[in-house]
Amino acid sequence: MANLTREETLDLIQEVLEVYPEKAKKDRAKHLAVNDQSIEQSKKCITSNRKSLPGVMTVRGCAYAGSKGVVWGPIKDMIHISHGPVGCGQYSRAGRRNYYVGMTGVNTFGTMNFTSDFQEKDIVFGGDKKLAKLIDEIEGLFPLNKGISVQSECPIGLIGDDIEAVSKKKAKELDKPIVPVRCEGFRGVSQSLGHHIACDSIRDWVIGNRDGDDSFQTTPYDVAVIGDYNIGGDAWASRILLEEMGLRVVAQWAGDGTLAEIELTPKVKLNLIHCYRSMNYISRHMEEKYGIPWMEYNFFGPTKIAESLRKIAACFDETIQAGAERVIAKYEAQYAAVIAKYRPRLEGKRVMLYVGGLRPRHVIGAYEDLGMEVVGTGYEFAHNDDYDRTIKDMSDSTLLYDDVTGYEFEEFVKRIKPDLIGSGIKEKYIFQKMGIPFRQMHSWDYSGPYHGYDGFAIFARDMDMTINNPCWAKLHAPWLADQAAQSEQQEPKRASA
Amino acid sequence: MPSVMIRKSDSGALLFYVAKKDMEETIATVETDTAESWGGEVELTDGSKWYVEPISPPPVFPTTLRFKRAE
Repeated sequence: MANLTREETLDLIQEVLEVYPEKAKKDRAKHLAVNDQSIEQSKKCITSNRKSLPGVMTVRGCAYAGSKGVVWGPIKDMIHISHGPVGCGQYSRAGRRNYYVGMTGVNTFGTMNFTSDFQEKDIVFGGDKKLAKLIDEIEGLFPLNKGISVQSECPIGLIGDDIEAVSKKKAKELDKPIVPVRCEGFRGVSQSLGHHIACDSIRDWVIGNRDGDDSFQTTPYDVAVIGDYNIGGDAWASRILLEEMGLRVVAQWAGDGTLAEIELTPKVKLNLIHCYRSMNYISRHMEEKYGIPWMEYNFFGPTKIAESLRKIAACFDETIQAGAERVIAKYEAQYAAVIAKYRPRLEGKRVMLYVGGLRPRHVIGAYEDLGMEVVGTGYEFAHNDDYDRTIKDMSDSTLLYDDVTGYEFEEFVKRIKPDLIGSGIKEKYIFQKMGIPFRQMHSWDYSGPYHGYDGFAIFARDMDMTINNPCWAKLHAPWLADQAAQSEQQEPKRASA
Repeated sequence: MPSVMIRKSDSGALLFYVAKKDMEETIATVETDTAESWGGEVELTDGSKWYVEPISPPPVFPTTLRFKRAE
C-alpha cells in the first residue's frame, strides 16, 4: 500500500476518532498528529504527558515502575526493596533483562525480588517497624550489598509511613547508603514521573557522597554512559566503541552499574545520555552543580553511530577524534556486509513503532540503514521535548500518536497495513494474530543487544527473521481461506525470501 | 514562582527550563544583560514574559533561579 498523503492521514485520524463520545474525542484528538517537519515546537501539534482517559486501553506503567524497574533496578550491587504488597515487586522482577555480571545473591542482586510483603496489619498499624526488621535481615543474609533503596508502593504514601526516618536511622547503624524513594504508583500520569523521582532521590542521597574526596584518579577522557539499561547487553555493545576510541567509561547508568560508579559520576568530564527521557534530570543537575556538560547520542544503526561518535569526539582533543574515525573505519566492512545481506530482503518495508522513552525516534536511523521506512511512531509516556526531537527524525505526513489506545492502534494498523510493528508485549499477540510481523522493541524480543555495530548485525538479522518468516501467510482462519488467498494475490507475497 | 534552570545551548543561546512544567524555551531578550548585572524582564521565543530581580554580579550558567510571571 502506498504511503498516505497529509490529507489522507488527517482523514484517518478523524475516522478513528469517530467512535468516541464527544468529550473523549476532543481529548484524544490532541494526542494524534500528522508529522510536519516545518514545525519547530511539538506543543503546536501534539499534547503529551497527560492523564490517560478512564475507559480506554492504555499500556502505561506507574511511578513505581519508572523508579524501581527502570532507574534503580539495574544498579546491581544494591538491594532494592519493593516496600508494600508483594505483587508489584514480583510481577516486575527481572522482566526488563538488564544484563549484569556478578554472582546473583552474593554480590549482585539484579534478578532477585526483595519485598516487605505488606499484610492488613501493616496497613493498619504502619510498616516502619517491618521495614527496619527487613533491612536488618537483608544485612544478615546478604552482607556484600553496597546499599539499599526503599521503593515505595502505593500504600506507603496512603498510610503515611515515614520511610525517610527509618532509612536515616538504619543508614547510620549499618554505615551504608539507604535511600528512601517516594515513587508511589499513584503519583503522576505514567512511569515518567517515577524516573524523575528516582533521579531526584539519586541527587539527594547518592550523588554528593564523594564531594570533597579527590582520591579518585581522573583522566581528561572520563565519560559516563547515562540512560543505557543494558537490555540484552546494549551498554556493553556501546561501551566498547567508546573505549576503542580512547575514552574511559567511568560509570554505566544504570545497566550493569554499581553504586560506586554512580558516586564517581560527578568526577567525569562529559555525560553521554542515551535515554534522554529517564535521565535528563540528573544530567541537568550535574551540569548545574559540577559543571559537567551533557550530550545526547544515538547508537542505533551505522549512520547514527558514526554521527554520534564524531559528535562525542568533537568534545575532546585530536587523539579522540582520530580514535572515532579509526573505530568507524574498523567496523565499516562489518556493517557494510550486514547491509549488503539484509537490505535487499528488507528494502521498502514499512514499520510502525510504539514504544517508551527513546526508541520511537532513536531506532528510525537503524531502519533507514536497512532501507525500511518508519510510517508511524508514538510514545507511551513522552513529554513535549521528546516530540520536539522526533518531528525532525520522521518524514512528513507520517503518523504521530501519544499514549495511543488499544483501539486506535489497531485501527491505524488496519488502514496503514505496515510490514512490521515494533512495540511491547501487550500489543504483541493482537498484531501477530492479525497476521502482521511483530517485534518487541522494549525487550528486543528476548534477543539483543541492538546498540552499537555489533548490535546492528543482530538487529538486522532479527528484523529479517521476523518479516520474512513464512508463518505470517498461514494465520488466516480456514473458513476465511478464500478471502485470504485473494488478498494474497493482490499483495506481493511476504514470504518471498 | 517556578524554579527555572537557565543553561546555555550548543548554539550559545540561553535556554529556559522549567522541570515541573516540562518546558524548555529559548530566551529571546533579557532586559538587563551587562557586565554588572543580569535579569529583569525576560522574553522567550514563544512570547511569554518572565521576571527576575536583576542579579549582580551576573550568575554563572547553568544555574537555577526563581522567576515570576511578568505582565
